[in-house]
Amino acid sequence: MPKSVEEQVIAIIAEQALIEPGDVSMDSTLEDLGIDSLGLVEAVFAIEETFDVSVPFNANDPAESEFDITNVKSMVAAVEKLVVEKSG
Amino acid sequence: MKRVVITGQGAISALGQSAEENLTAMREGRNGIGTLEFPNADRLSITIGGQLKTYDPGARFTRQQITLYDVFTQFALIAAEEAVAQSGLVFSDELAADAGVVLGTAGGGLQTQDENYRSVYEDGKNRVHPFVVPRLMNNAAASHVSMVHGLQGPAFTVATACASSNHAMGQAFNLIRTGASKVMLAGGSESMLCFGGIKAWEGLRVMSKDGCRPFSANRNGMVQGEGAAVFVFEEYEHARTRGADILAEVVGFAMTSDASDIVMPNKQGAKRAIAGALRDAGLPGEAIGYINAHGTGTTANDRTECAAVREVFGAHADSLMISSTKSMHGHLIGGTGAVELLACIMALREGVIAPTINYESPDPECDLDVVPNTAREARVEATLSNAFAFGGLNAVLALKRFA
Repeated sequence: MPKSVEEQVIAIIAEQALIEPGDVSMDSTLEDLGIDSLGLVEAVFAIEETFDVSVPFNANDPAESEFDITNVKSMVAAVEKLVVEKSG
Repeated sequence: MKRVVITGQGAISALGQSAEENLTAMREGRNGIGTLEFPNADRLSITIGGQLKTYDPGARFTRQQITLYDVFTQFALIAAEEAVAQSGLVFSDELAADAGVVLGTAGGGLQTQDENYRSVYEDGKNRVHPFVVPRLMNNAAASHVSMVHGLQGPAFTVATACASSNHAMGQAFNLIRTGASKVMLAGGSESMLCFGGIKAWEGLRVMSKDGCRPFSANRNGMVQGEGAAVFVFEEYEHARTRGADILAEVVGFAMTSDASDIVMPNKQGAKRAIAGALRDAGLPGEAIGYINAHGTGTTANDRTECAAVREVFGAHADSLMISSTKSMHGHLIGGTGAVELLACIMALREGVIAPTINYESPDPECDLDVVPNTAREARVEATLSNAFAFGGLNAVLALKRFA
């Protein structure tokens, strides 16, 4: 069975956080996970490559970007939306 | 210690193809940033830059020269020729042995790499032009400048990303100050405006899609430019004896390393470099009337830079002017500090402070006098030029009005 968007996003985040996907909780923030600005840029790149989407993200001011990085849950939701928009 | 003065300047950027054209544009607060035009630009998400649209290599160089010169070398040669002509120097055999060149660049012959990778990977060719290596090497510009002008003393290239030019000019300053050289051509050159160059920067996601707005609350990233500036640094007695027109005196230089993060700026490193340049110059903070900011237009740089300036200057931070000319010519990366030194010399010599254009709304974290949008007349005795590079490498130069 193909992996869900959620599973894949979590795997990408886990890789940046150097932890097991099972240890990533949906409420975790990037700070909780120890992911810095470079790690975030790498994660965004991995998301774009995995799903063939373009993530609206500006590293200058991540909080102001359209891509909601509040926590893992918000990022998964944002990627799911991008994937739907792409197939739609 | 010898005194060091500047006796010639030359420049080429999106603002113009001579130092005077660049200065005129800075006085007028003109925007040199526009739509990028080169092969595959349609595949970029960043489509703006300070590109030299009317530059014609064929009008400046022979076909044989172009075969050997990457664009970054062409820019350096054009700027150097103008600077040497203004200085009136003739490099006799004796002087040539005591004269050199030190230039900054980050990408070197990136256009040459881009074209030739395209040729072997995309076009599937198995043979490249014989001069690919001498074109792309980072020291090509410095070497060709030394050959054209017969400079036989110290000649080398400095690569410290966005601080390359300032580091280069700092080396030139110290070589003359310590008596190791009498004349140094110093500055920097960059030409990264090609598909591979911009695509690489896109990856970092710090580029603006719509404009360079340093210090403005609505800034959203940097915009790249291209070009070069070269100055004639000369030992003061040598310049005085031959009756040279002295544009400004170089009085201080300091460099520091943040030793912290490969891309995020650090207030302490910036602060130590600014304070170090003042100390090296023997100037009190109150002497500085104008600072040419690094002012990239990224959230992090501008905020950090303003905080560092406040900490070094205290109450005087509210009296001095600080502007980012990157708003007009874009970020020339390894060449940027050189083009920006023009604004420092203009402030000292002409009493005209180049503005920060595209300034739209105040940011409480950048609450200094950024000379918004229009140039200003002001008498200035001493200036600083800041450069804070990726990799945490900082270099600040101090210049004084020559009187």
